[in-house]
Amino acid sequence: MIRYALPLAVFVLMVGLLGYGLKLDPKKVPSPLIDKAAPEFSLAMLHDSSRSLSTADMRGQVWVLNVWASWCVSCRAEHEVVTALANKNLVTVVGLNYKDKSEDAIRWLQQFGDPYATSVVDFNGKVGIDWGVYGVPETFVIGADGLIKYKHIGPMTMESLEQKVMPVIRELLS
Amino acid sequence: MVPEIGHFALIIALCIAFVQALVPLAGTSLGVQRWVATAVPAALAQLLFVGISYGCLTWAFLSHDFSVLYVAQNSNSELPLIYRISGVWGSHEGSLLLWALVLALWTGAVAVFTPNVPRGMRARVLAVLGLVSCGFLLFIILTSNPFERLLPAATQGRDLNPLLQDIGLAIHPPMLYLGYVGFAVAFAFSIAALISGQVDSAWARWSRPWTNVAWLFLTLGIALGSWWAYYELGWGGWWFWDPVENASFMPWLIGTALMHSLAITEKRGTFKAWTALLAIFAFALSLLGTFLVRSGVLTSVHAFASDPERGVFILGFLVLVVGGSLTLYAWRAPLLKSAAQTQLLSRDGALLLNNIFLAVVTSAILLGTLYPIAIDAMGGKISVGPPYFNLMFILLTAPLGVLMGIGMIVRWKSDSVARLKSKLWLPALLALTAAALLTWLLPVWYWAAFGGLAMAVWIAITVVLAIHERMRNRSLLSALRSTPAGFYGMLLGHLGIAVFIVGVTLTSLYNKEKDLRMAPGDTYSVAGYEFTFHGVRQFDIDNYVATRGGFSVRAEDGDFRVDLFPEKRIYRVQTMPMTEAAIDAGLTRDLFIALGEPLGEGGAWAVRIYYKPFVRWIWLGAIIMSIGGLFAASDRRYRRLARSPSRATDAVEQSR
Amino acid sequence: MRMVLIFMFVLLANSAQAAIEAYEFDSPEMEADYKQLIAELRCLVCQNQNLADSDAELAQDLRRETYEMLQQGKSRQQVMTFMVERYGDFVLYRPQFKSSTYLLWLGPFLLLVIVLAIVVKRLRAAAKPVDVDADALADAKSLLEEEQTKK
Repeated sequence: MIRYALPLAVFVLMVGLLGYGLKLDPKKVPSPLIDKAAPEFSLAMLHDSSRSLSTADMRGQVWVLNVWASWCVSCRAEHEVVTALANKNLVTVVGLNYKDKSEDAIRWLQQFGDPYATSVVDFNGKVGIDWGVYGVPETFVIGADGLIKYKHIGPMTMESLEQKVMPVIRELLS
Repeated sequence: MVPEIGHFALIIALCIAFVQALVPLAGTSLGVQRWVATAVPAALAQLLFVGISYGCLTWAFLSHDFSVLYVAQNSNSELPLIYRISGVWGSHEGSLLLWALVLALWTGAVAVFTPNVPRGMRARVLAVLGLVSCGFLLFIILTSNPFERLLPAATQGRDLNPLLQDIGLAIHPPMLYLGYVGFAVAFAFSIAALISGQVDSAWARWSRPWTNVAWLFLTLGIALGSWWAYYELGWGGWWFWDPVENASFMPWLIGTALMHSLAITEKRGTFKAWTALLAIFAFALSLLGTFLVRSGVLTSVHAFASDPERGVFILGFLVLVVGGSLTLYAWRAPLLKSAAQTQLLSRDGALLLNNIFLAVVTSAILLGTLYPIAIDAMGGKISVGPPYFNLMFILLTAPLGVLMGIGMIVRWKSDSVARLKSKLWLPALLALTAAALLTWLLPVWYWAAFGGLAMAVWIAITVVLAIHERMRNRSLLSALRSTPAGFYGMLLGHLGIAVFIVGVTLTSLYNKEKDLRMAPGDTYSVAGYEFTFHGVRQFDIDNYVATRGGFSVRAEDGDFRVDLFPEKRIYRVQTMPMTEAAIDAGLTRDLFIALGEPLGEGGAWAVRIYYKPFVRWIWLGAIIMSIGGLFAASDRRYRRLARSPSRATDAVEQSR
Repeated sequence: MRMVLIFMFVLLANSAQAAIEAYEFDSPEMEADYKQLIAELRCLVCQNQNLADSDAELAQDLRRETYEMLQQGKSRQQVMTFMVERYGDFVLYRPQFKSSTYLLWLGPFLLLVIVLAIVVKRLRAAAKPVDVDADALADAKSLLEEEQTKK
C-alpha cells in the first residue's frame, strides 16, 4: 500500500527543501553579469569634473569597482574594509559615487579618508542600472580581460574581504 | 506584576496542555475511564489560563505599561483605545498569543458542544488539540515571550505600525485565526478517528459543523484582508498572490474540498481515507503558512520580522505534527473500507472531481510559492508572481464552475446522461445567451468577460433549478419544512461564487486607472465621471498629521455628485508617510482617488484615479459564501443528534 | 534585535505609500505596455512588490528607464531583456519557460492528468464486476453503522 505513504514522502521532500531554505537569504540576488564583459561607462571624476574615466581605460588590469554614497549608512561601516583593500596596493579601486550630491561626497571622503584611486559620479543612477546595482554598497571585481569575476552585495567585512574577495583577486593576478 | 502573572499563567497553561494531551490518550488506550474524563476539565482549565495570560497582555496595553518590551514597541500613549486593544496582535509575539487563545477557545468549544460524540472519541480529539496547544505555548514561551520586560522602562512607546491602525486590519487577524486554527478541530477529529479506526459516516457528521464554521471565518478573514489591502495600501489592488496571501488561501481551498468530501463520506460512507487526509492537509497548510510568514524563507510584503531560530522551531513542530499525522495515515488508511461503489456520473462523482480540481489548484499554488526556494537551493533566483498564479488559477478552476452547476442537479449514487441532458440543456443555453447579451452591453467585447459572465449566470440558474427540483411534487410548506439548512447553505455558497466571479471578471477587465498631475482647478474625466481638484489642506489629528486633498466628482450624464477627500498622513512617532485613499463605493462601481507627491510650484499634485466596476461584488460574494457556511453549520441534523444520549455509542466505542 | 526592528521599519515604510507618477504617453497602446511591464517586473529592493506598487528609489528609476525605452520605440520584450541582462530572472514575475521551470509550468497539468487517469481507471475497474448483492450489502452495512451511532 505504497500510495498511502505517498503524502508522507512528498511532505518529507518539502520539509527538506524548507529546512535548506532557512539557510538561504531570499534577499540576495546573484548577478547575471558574472563572466560577462563589464558594462561600458564614461563618467566625470568626482574631484575633477572636467576629466572622465571609462571602462575602456581600465582594460588590461585587474580592478575593483566599489559602489558607494555619502547617504548610505552601511558604506560608512564598509569604509575601513575598502581602505584595507586599497592599502594592499594589489589592484586599482575605483569608486562609483551613486546618486549622490558631489559636495556631500567630497566632504564624506575628507572626513573619513579617500581609499579610491578615482571616484566617478553616477548622478542619476543610470550606470548603476547597467551594472545591475540594487543596493549600496556593492563591489565588483573585474579581470584584465574586462570580464566581471565577482560581485559582493552589501557591505564587505574584513572576513568576507579575506575569504571571498581576495581569493578572486589573487587568482586574477597570478 | 501583571505581566509576570500573564507569563506565569502561560506556563501553567502549558502544563495543563501536557496533561490534556497525554492523560486522556493513555486513558482511552488502557481503558481507564477516570483518565479519559480529564480531557474536558483540562481543556477548560487551559482556556482559563490562556485567557488570563491574554488578559494580562491586553491590560499592559491599556495601562501603557512601557516596561513591557512588546508594549513599548507596539503602542504609544496617544494611541486610540481601539488600537490599544488590537495592538495586542499587532506584531509577532502577541499575534502568537492570539493564536494560542483562539486554539484554546476552539478546544473549549469542542469540550462543551460535543455531547453527542462518544466520550472516548471526544477525549482523543481534545488530546490531539492539547498536543497542538503544547507546541504553540512552548513556541511562545521559548522563543517569543510577549511579557519580556524592558529595564529601565521606556518613557514612551514606539507606536503601533500605522498600517495596522485601521479598523479593517484590527478585525482581520482574529477572523483569519478563527479560520486557520479552526481547521485544527477537523484535524483532531481526523487523527482521533485514525487512531481509533472509526473513520465512518458518524465521524464525518461530527466533523462537518466544525469544518463549516472554521471555513466561514477563514472566508471572512481573507475577504477582510483583501478589502483592507484595496483601500489602505493605496494601490487599488485586492489580491497580490503574495506568499502570505497564499498561506491563507491554500487552507481555504483545501478546507473547501474537505467540506465537500465530508458530505460524501457522511452520506455514502465512501472516500474515508481521502477525507481524513484532507483534514490533515487543511491544518498542515495552516501550519505551513505560519512557517512561511514567520521564518523569513520567503520575502513578502506582510512578513513579520523574521528570525531563523523561530523558523527552526516551527519547522520542527511541523515535522512532528504533520509528519506524525501522515505516518499514522500511511499506517491506518489501508485498513479503511469503502461502504459503497462510486460511479463517475453521480453526485459522488461530481464531488470527487471537485476535490481533484481543488487539490490540484492548491498544489499549483504551493508549487509556485515554494519554487523560488528550490531554484535558490540550486544556485539561481527566480520570482513567481501574479502572471503565473492567475493563469494557473483560472485554467484549473474554470472546470469547477461548470461542475458546480452539474453537481447541484445530479443524483447521489448514480444518474443517467439522458436525465442530466434533459435538465441542463436549457440552463446552459440560457447562460450562454444571457452572457452574450450582457457582454454586448459592456463598453468593449472581451471573450474573457463573456466566459466569466457565462459561468456566473450558469451557476445562478442552476441554483434556481436546484430549488425548483427540491420543490417539485411538494407543497411549499412541506418543502420548506423538510429542506435541511445544509441545502440552503450549499445554494448560498455557490451563489456567492457566482457573485464573486462577476466581480473579479468585470473589475479586472473594465477597470480604468489614470496617474496624472493635477493643479487646483484642474478637471479630468475618467469613465464618464469628471474629477475636479480643489487643492490640499493640513489637519492635525490624534497621532498623525494629515494633508487632505479636496476633489469633487460629477457624472457627465445624470446629476450624481460627490466630494472626496484622499489623505497623505504622517504618523508622528514613526514619521511614516501613509496614503489614505478616498473611495466612493457603489454596488456597480467604486471611484477611488489616491494622493501622491506634490509636484513643483502652484499646488500641483500627482494623483491616481481609479474607476473600478463591480469591485464590491468580490467581497459581497465572500460574505454570501460565509452566510452559506453559517446555514450549513446550523443544520438541525447536528443539533438533533446532540440531544440524544450517547451512552449506547460509548458502549460501542469501548467494545472496539 | 535592534537590527531586526530597523529592518522592519524600513520594510513597512516602503510599502505604505502609493507610487504615483504622471507620465504622458504617445499612444494608449504604449500606456498599456508600460502598465503591464511595471506590473510584471519585480522591485529588487522591496519585499515582494512590483515596480508599479513600489515607492523605493530604485523602482522609480526603473520605471523611468522603462518609460524612456518605450518612448524610444523599444518593444515590451526588449525592455524585459534589458532588465534580465542586468538583474537576472529574478526581476520577472512571469518566469520564463525553460528547462529549470518546466516543472513549474507543466507540473500542475501533469498532476491533473495523472490523477484523472488513475481515478477514471479505478472507478471503471470497480464498476465492472458490479455484484448487486455486494452493493446492497455494503449499503446495508453503512445503514447499520449509522443506526448504531444514532442510538
